[in-house]
Amino acid sequence: MSVVRFWRNQVNRYNLEGTHCNSCDEYFYPPRSMCPTCRREGELESHRFEGKGEIVTYTIIHSAAEGFENQSPYPLAIVKLDEGASLTSPIVADPEEMYIGMRVKPVFRKLGESGDKGMIYYGTKFAPDKND
Amino acid sequence: MRDVAIIGIKSTKFGELWDYSFRDIFVEAGLGAIKDAGISGDEINGLYVGNMSGGQFVDQEHIGALIADYSGLARNLHIPSTRVEAACASGGLALRQGVMSVASGYQDFVVAAGVEKMTDVNSAAASSALAAASDREWEGIMGATFPGLYAMIAKKHIHKYGTTSEQLADVAVKNHLNGSMNPISQYKKKITRESVFNSIMVADPLHIFDCSPITDGAAALVLAPAEVAHEYTDNPIYIKASAQASDTIALHDRRDITTLDATVAAGKRAYDMANLKPDDIDVAEVHDCFTIAEICAIEDLGFVKKGEGGKYTEDGYTAVNGQIPVNTSGGLKSCGHPVGATGVKQAVEIVHQLRGEAGKRQVENAEIGMTHNVGGSGATAVVHILSNKR
Ligand SMILES: [Zn+2]
Repeated sequence: MSVVRFWRNQVNRYNLEGTHCNSCDEYFYPPRSMCPTCRREGELESHRFEGKGEIVTYTIIHSAAEGFENQSPYPLAIVKLDEGASLTSPIVADPEEMYIGMRVKPVFRKLGESGDKGMIYYGTKFAPDKND
Repeated sequence: MRDVAIIGIKSTKFGELWDYSFRDIFVEAGLGAIKDAGISGDEINGLYVGNMSGGQFVDQEHIGALIADYSGLARNLHIPSTRVEAACASGGLALRQGVMSVASGYQDFVVAAGVEKMTDVNSAAASSALAAASDREWEGIMGATFPGLYAMIAKKHIHKYGTTSEQLADVAVKNHLNGSMNPISQYKKKITRESVFNSIMVADPLHIFDCSPITDGAAALVLAPAEVAHEYTDNPIYIKASAQASDTIALHDRRDITTLDATVAAGKRAYDMANLKPDDIDVAEVHDCFTIAEICAIEDLGFVKKGEGGKYTEDGYTAVNGQIPVNTSGGLKSCGHPVGATGVKQAVEIVHQLRGEAGKRQVENAEIGMTHNVGGSGATAVVHILSNKR
């Protein structure tokens, strides 16, 4: 992915910043500029997520995505944040300890790198929340 | 709206066609379908071509014009040609565009085709091109692969309904058996559960034998107004329904991870349009890009109850001689999955079945068939119902 394309959402990725619709009280991450329920009647404001959540489902990726080659095998999950929005993220955990329903918390980590340009992406990943 | 019929079909062989170019395969399919229809090129009013990613696979855009040109329909006849794209559902969408054009009366004779040449790039580049069917910015960049997304559907299905890895493997075993009886299919070898379990893990719980392959291939159909179809062929196949639906691009935004709501919606629209029920379908080609995808499809199309797709597959319900034979062509899994061509090839297989010319994989007394084509992890679904009775 190009530098400028990553840069554009950097604040969202670093701070787990999404949006919240004031009309229907739904939360969105990644951010949306239009509420799919209220559409034109929606009233969106930015919202910084607490970041705690639960694993809805997961996999262990053996055949890595571009930029993740030296991390495989790695756990990847859909995380449902406590406010309600769901996102896809790598999980910083031993593949063996993964389970559906596991509580997780956000951690700031290197996401991947784009081979040819040598750029390293940082962002929010998730890790098991043992205190929760 | 006018009734629409399919009067000609052709699919190239599917596989790693090193000796053939992108141009070679779509010309073979297009001209084959026109020949099968017994129609002449200057009667054709339009071309609709499904192609997911000529840009990434063969570094070529402007596919519609290229195809019209090399099919001999551009330089003298100037026949309009339109490429449509919806990732792996591009072919189904091309068929639907053709059906809408003929049904509306805007055009009379139309070629609906699909083509993908995937082996001119290495497998890493091919995987990257396919990953563009998901949400590149919020799935891909987070480390998701395409098999990874379906693996997460599988994991949830296993957790929620007790579906087993054996049942997933049974989809592959059945489809390879069917593919072994299909002259165009990429794989002709039967496999066992053990061959699935012994193949390398791609994304847990999916092994490489749970995944459809990288394939070159093209397929084409000639569509005509139903009232003149008999002037061209003795066995026209009628389009009873054409339906399409959308859902969120990212898997994480779905209402339920184990249900493709776009499939449910497109299926319901198709049944309503044809005034038919799931019970009425004699044979179906569904989108088994991964084994779990076929299990979800037979549930979401209403052939079996939600959560019971694995059990029914294990019991042989979807075999060629079962209650609802699914993927008699071998499906994407064994026949191959040239992404833009798949939705059209599904219709070619159903036409073979409804004409009664499917050889060893023929379903007895098949009168009504369905095709189900999915884009990405379920953001687009296209469903067609075909019948040999008007
Ligand atoms: Zn709203």
